[in-house]
Amino acid sequence: MHLSGWGNYQRVTPERVFRFEQVATLKGIVVGQDDLISYGNGRSYGDSALGRNIITVKPHNYFLDFDEARGILHVQSGVMLSEIVELFVPRGWFLSVTPGTQLITVGGAIASDVHGKNHHLEGCFSQSVEMFNLMLPDGEVVICSKKCNPELFKATCGGMGLTGVILDAQIRMRKINSRYLSQTTIQSENLRDTLHIIEAHNDHPYSVAWLDCLAEGEKLGRGLVMLGEFCDDGELDFKTRRKLNMPFYLPSFILSKLTAKIFNELYYRQARKRVAQHKVDLDTFFYPLDSVNGWNKIYGKDGFVQYQFVLPKETSHIGLHEIVEMISVSGKGSFLAVLKLHGPENDNYLSFPLEGYSLALDFKMENGIFDLFDRLDEIVLRHGGRFYLAKDVRVTKEVFEKGYPKIDQFRALRERYGMKGKFRSLQSDRVRI
Amino acid sequence: MSKGYILILGARSDIAQALARKYAAGGYNLYLAARRAEELEGFAADLRIRCRIRVKSVELDILNFPSHRLFYDGLPETPVGIICAVGYLGDQLKAQSEMAEAVKIIETNYTGIVSLMNIIADDMEARGRGFIVGISSVAGDRGRKSNYIYGSAKAAFTAYLSGLRNRLHRVNVQVLTVKPGFVKTKMTQGMDLPGRLTAFPSEVAEHVYRAQQCGKDVFYVKWLWRWIMLVIRCIPERRFKRMDL
Repeated sequence: MHLSGWGNYQRVTPERVFRFEQVATLKGIVVGQDDLISYGNGRSYGDSALGRNIITVKPHNYFLDFDEARGILHVQSGVMLSEIVELFVPRGWFLSVTPGTQLITVGGAIASDVHGKNHHLEGCFSQSVEMFNLMLPDGEVVICSKKCNPELFKATCGGMGLTGVILDAQIRMRKINSRYLSQTTIQSENLRDTLHIIEAHNDHPYSVAWLDCLAEGEKLGRGLVMLGEFCDDGELDFKTRRKLNMPFYLPSFILSKLTAKIFNELYYRQARKRVAQHKVDLDTFFYPLDSVNGWNKIYGKDGFVQYQFVLPKETSHIGLHEIVEMISVSGKGSFLAVLKLHGPENDNYLSFPLEGYSLALDFKMENGIFDLFDRLDEIVLRHGGRFYLAKDVRVTKEVFEKGYPKIDQFRALRERYGMKGKFRSLQSDRVRI
Repeated sequence: MSKGYILILGARSDIAQALARKYAAGGYNLYLAARRAEELEGFAADLRIRCRIRVKSVELDILNFPSHRLFYDGLPETPVGIICAVGYLGDQLKAQSEMAEAVKIIETNYTGIVSLMNIIADDMEARGRGFIVGISSVAGDRGRKSNYIYGSAKAAFTAYLSGLRNRLHRVNVQVLTVKPGFVKTKMTQGMDLPGRLTAFPSEVAEHVYRAQQCGKDVFYVKWLWRWIMLVIRCIPERRFKRMDL
C-alpha cells in the first residue's frame, strides 16, 4: 500500500498499517511497536504523517457527547470536521476555528494546531480544545488540557503526532444563526495597498487575502482581500453541494506560467468593482477547494509543494516585498497564494502562527523549484520568520529550528517520556525533533 | 416526525454499521441486534448524537433458534423494516474436514436467519406493510472451491429471499436481495482485493438505501458485478470445473 501526503510529492510504502478502532487494541500496538505515526485523512501536504509504521485513525470516529448548554462537543479523534459541520450547522453550531478544508480529522486538526480566517481574533484550533485524551508510549492514557498536564497539552497541539496518539477531544463550538456569510471583496493595487486594506479591516471576524504572485512592476503584490461575517437570517437548512471530481492527473505542462497568468488576471477581475459584496454559503466561504474532489491532481503526477511561512509583523512589509518579487521574477508562482494577518502567538511549542503575515503558495514540482525555495528560506529566516510543518516536505533541521525557539523544550519532553523512538515520521527524522 | 424503527440484524458488521448510519441520517430509529449487544453502546450513542434519533441495542444470538420468538416479541415497538446483515465467512478448508465449522457457517448464514425471518415474515404479512433487506453475496451465485460452503449457504439465503418476495409481494411488503461483491470490511481484512471491484461499506449503504427506498428487488453492489456474475453463471460446467477459482 502506497501512502503520500496531499502534495503527492513523496510516496512511501509503510511496513505495517494498523487500524485504530478500539482503545484496547491500540494499546497493544503502541506498546508492542516502535516507529509509529498517526495518519488521519492524509491532508497534511508533506511527510508529517508518513513513516515506517502507520496508525490510521479514521476508523475511530464516534461522536461521544454534545453538551448543548455549553456548546462542547466530545468526539473521537478520527471524526472529520466535515461530519461535524454537516450535522451541526443545521442545529445552529459551527466550529470555533476551521482551516480552509473540512476534510481533516479532529486528531489531525489538533496535531497540526490548524488555524483559519479568524486567527487574528480566535487563535488556533487548540484554543477551542477543552481537553483531549492522549495515549503515551507506555500505553497509559492521560487527560490533557490547559490546566491538566499543560506541558503535554502544549507539546501535542502542533506536535505533529509525535507525543502520542490523540484518542478523543472536547471542542468548543460557536453558535451561528445562518449558514450564510456576508462577504466583502476588496481589490488592491499592489502589495502596500493589500497590506493596508487588511490592516484597516482587521476587526472583521474573518479575513484573508489572495495574492497575484505573477503580477510585476507597480502591480506587484496586488490581490483581493476577502472579509466575512456570519449573517443573522436564521437560514440553517442543510444544502447538498454539488461536487466535482478530478478523475485523473493533469499532464503537468498544462499548468505553466502562461496559464497561471491568465487565471490570475481573470480571478483578479472577478471583482468587477473595487469593493464588492456578496452573500455566500459557508462552504463557499471557508472551503472553496473542497468542492473539487482530488484537486491536488491538477498539479500532475509529480505532485506539488506548498510553501508556507509567517513573518513577524515588524518585518512583514519589507520581507513580503522581497519574497513576492523573487517569486514574480522566477515566474513559478501558481494561482493559489493566500495571505493572512495573524493574531498573537500561543504557548504551544510548535504551533505555527505568530503575530504577522503568513503566505501560502503552491508550486508544481519541477526542476529548479528547490533552488528557489532555498533562496526564499534565506529571506524568511533573515526576517525572523518560520515554516509550517503541516505543509512542509523539505526544510532542513537548521532552517526549521531557527523559527521555533521552544524546540528544545519539545525535544526534551520527547526524550523524557520515551516518545522519541516510539513516534516518528519522515518529517521528524528530517528536522530531528 | 420519526419514520419508525429499523431492526438491524448482525449489527456488529461493517456493512450493518454503515447502513445504520445511513438509515439514521434518513430519520429512522434503530434497533441494533447482535451478540454482546452491550459492546454496541458506543456506536448507539454516536448515532443518537449524530442524528438525534432513538437507538437501542438488543441481544441476539442467531444460532439460538428457540430464543428468536422472544427476541422479536420483546422489541418495544414493531419495526417497519428489517435489515439482515448476519454473516460468517468461516474457514473453507477447516469446514471441509470439521463439521462443526461447516455447521457454524451454514447455521449463521442460513438456518439461523430462516428461524428468525419466518417469525418476522408472518408478522409483516399480517400487518401488510414493511420491508426486508437481506445482505446475501455474489458467492451464492455459483459455487467455487475457495468458499463453496459459505457460498452454498448464501445461495440458500438468496433462494429464501426470492421465495419470500414472491410470498409477500401481494401484501405490499418489499423484499430486497443485496449481493455485494468485494467489500472492504473486517471480514475481508488481509485479503488482496481488486480496487475497482471493491466497495467501501459506506458505498454499499448508500446504494442499498437508495435501492430499498425506490422498491428494487435484487441489487448488486458495484453494478459491474451483475455482469461479471452473469458471465460466470454462463460458463459451461465442463469448463468451469477446470478453472482455478
